Amino acid sequence: MMKKRWICLLVENDIGALARIAGLFSGKSYNLDSLTAGPTEDETVSRMTISLTSDDKTFEQVKKQLNRSVEVIKVIDYTDIAIHRKELMYIKVNNCSNKDMTEVFRIAQVYEVKVIDYGPATALLECVQAEQRNDDLIRLLQKCFVNRIEVVRGGSVAIEAVNMS
Amino acid sequence: MQITGAQLFVKALKEEQVDTLFAYPGGQAIDLFNALYGEKDIEVILPRHEQALVHAADGYARSTGKVGVCLVTSGPGATNLVTGIATANYDSVPLVCFTGQVATSLIGNDAFQEVDIVGITRSICKYAVTVRNRDELATVIKKAFYIARTGKPGVVVVDLPKDIQQQKGSDEYPEQVEIRGYKPKTSVHIGQIKKAVDLLNKAKKPVFLIGGGVNIAHANQEMTKLAELTGIPVITTIMGKGAIPTDHELYVGNIGIHGSFAANSAISNCDVLFSIGTRFNDRITGKIEEFASNATIIHIDIDSASISRNIAVDIPIVADAKNAIEALLKKASPLKIDGWREQIIEWKKNYPITMHQDGLTPQRIIQSINQVFDDAVITTDVGQNQLWTTQYLEIGENKQLLTSGGLGTMGYGFPAGIGAKLGNPEKDVVVVSGDGGMQMNIQEMATAVVYELPMTICILNNGYLGNVRQWQEMFFDKRYSCTCLRYRRSCESACSTPGAECPVYTPDFVKLAESYGAKGIRVTKPEEIEGALLEAKNNKKVPTIIEFIIEREANVMPMVPPGNSLSDMILESGDTE
Repeated sequence: MMKKRWICLLVENDIGALARIAGLFSGKSYNLDSLTAGPTEDETVSRMTISLTSDDKTFEQVKKQLNRSVEVIKVIDYTDIAIHRKELMYIKVNNCSNKDMTEVFRIAQVYEVKVIDYGPATALLECVQAEQRNDDLIRLLQKCFVNRIEVVRGGSVAIEAVNMS
Repeated sequence: MQITGAQLFVKALKEEQVDTLFAYPGGQAIDLFNALYGEKDIEVILPRHEQALVHAADGYARSTGKVGVCLVTSGPGATNLVTGIATANYDSVPLVCFTGQVATSLIGNDAFQEVDIVGITRSICKYAVTVRNRDELATVIKKAFYIARTGKPGVVVVDLPKDIQQQKGSDEYPEQVEIRGYKPKTSVHIGQIKKAVDLLNKAKKPVFLIGGGVNIAHANQEMTKLAELTGIPVITTIMGKGAIPTDHELYVGNIGIHGSFAANSAISNCDVLFSIGTRFNDRITGKIEEFASNATIIHIDIDSASISRNIAVDIPIVADAKNAIEALLKKASPLKIDGWREQIIEWKKNYPITMHQDGLTPQRIIQSINQVFDDAVITTDVGQNQLWTTQYLEIGENKQLLTSGGLGTMGYGFPAGIGAKLGNPEKDVVVVSGDGGMQMNIQEMATAVVYELPMTICILNNGYLGNVRQWQEMFFDKRYSCTCLRYRRSCESACSTPGAECPVYTPDFVKLAESYGAKGIRVTKPEEIEGALLEAKNNKKVPTIIEFIIEREANVMPMVPPGNSLSDMILESGDTE
């Protein structure tokens, strides 16, 4: 079944590890929605959050192929477990009239994102939300402010929820 | 004591018991070669091209079970390894390839002979790394050998910048290394073994399908015992050939698009398919939807990623083939499947693989090799020569077949034979090549001569790139596009009719052999085959090329046409509509 999958990947924090992982996806034609990487509390370990859309069989292969890479320390499937995940995104809205600006602030309020910078005709939104919610916001702003928005997305990071049982 | 990186490199090779190093010098490797100068414990072999160098190391590794070691310079030296690295890695051959590199301060500057060889080889090797710090040199080399030889063996590339080679540092070499992300599996899941045995015990029509994994794990004796204990017929892939002796009564033949009718029929009709060490490559399965469609499938492989990738497996067992077979030997018992065995024997008898032409046929040549050589390593190139060899070659305990199965690399056979001879000086080495593949590494005649390697090099010369020509004949209306090696510019451009008036072949392989100081024999009649092979075998001074002038349009048969299922074979040439 095609669906969205999540992987938490711990790899050696070495030069080339990111290239190895990214190359695996392109070389084997696995679709990759997003990949984020950064060092962890242990600076010799880099942690990646990977999201992809695939069927079950391909996803099994992805996990196995990641596992067999020497650089990979651990592969954890986050797909069907409780996790927290957020993506940082900035959206700049340009050439705003006064009316537009009011609209931007209203949208920011509804979407619960911050206006973190502001000029006579420009507003900058900082959005820390689930990927899907960021998608929705882009679609909305694109409709309201055609060809006037600039987007940068950081990709999702995810962590397992605290288990209370 | 403080020693240079180059001195540590030599020390590390000795600690790893490397006795043969395949090496070609250059500017960014000169310090390493300097450290090797006069070294008594390591014989340094200088082939004539880096591609042949890595194939030779591959042949050495496959035939000895040791790690093959290469040393080349940066830039073109490194890039010339690429095909050989992919070839070895695809067939799970343990190699460690050291490449010189420009100094760390120059990396990224587009310096002379700088390439990112780690980046280039990342997707075709098991592990690749640039040493960036003299302190970590010893650990990196130790890791390289450990990774190459354990688990599913493969190729490790170690890139050594010039300043690291020159810099002084500790002379210590670690006894062992720990890699947290790399833990080769050494145990066997006994629960899964039990499940497999239970399934076997209920089977009416079981078969073993054995891939290269059994040969790599050196589990041939155990495999033979398991077949004998259970009475289950054994089918092999090309890479698995020799898993049990080919003259064993339980041996059926090769599976695949040029496999035997009996083997392919047994796979199509079996109820339990017990496969060990194969990845169900498209060349063995034919149309995948109809592959073993009636069977429950058990699959043992060291690489979990090979399981349930191409076909769905019912009982997966991730384990080393030898460990798993030993576990099976403790639990398995004889099966009452006489009727099934008789059925397979009947298929074998009624549809043997055979060539119906008269004269100097590849079948006769390979069968003569079977008779003349009994303690030998046989290597093949790629194409028809390889397929005929894998069809007709008999392999027992003292014979080994080396062939590029996964990547299918033309130019492999001859240099691999050189490596095999260096690793097995007491054995005969027979190379079976085509006239096309032989010319891809012909320069190694010099290597074979200067290192005094008597070996038998059989060139099956049909003046064509025969395997592609066969496809053009069968599926492209005889449009022989770019496959004739007797073509001259003055020929008619679209020719599909080889004849007596074709231009003479170039080169003249007999004269070529002589020009290298080797022996050359041309064979044109079947009655000359055995004499030529014996002469080559008894020539203990120099290599012998035997050029067999075979029928130009001989085909490899039987054949499963592309897209067909295994049960849908063309048995003889001319059976196509």
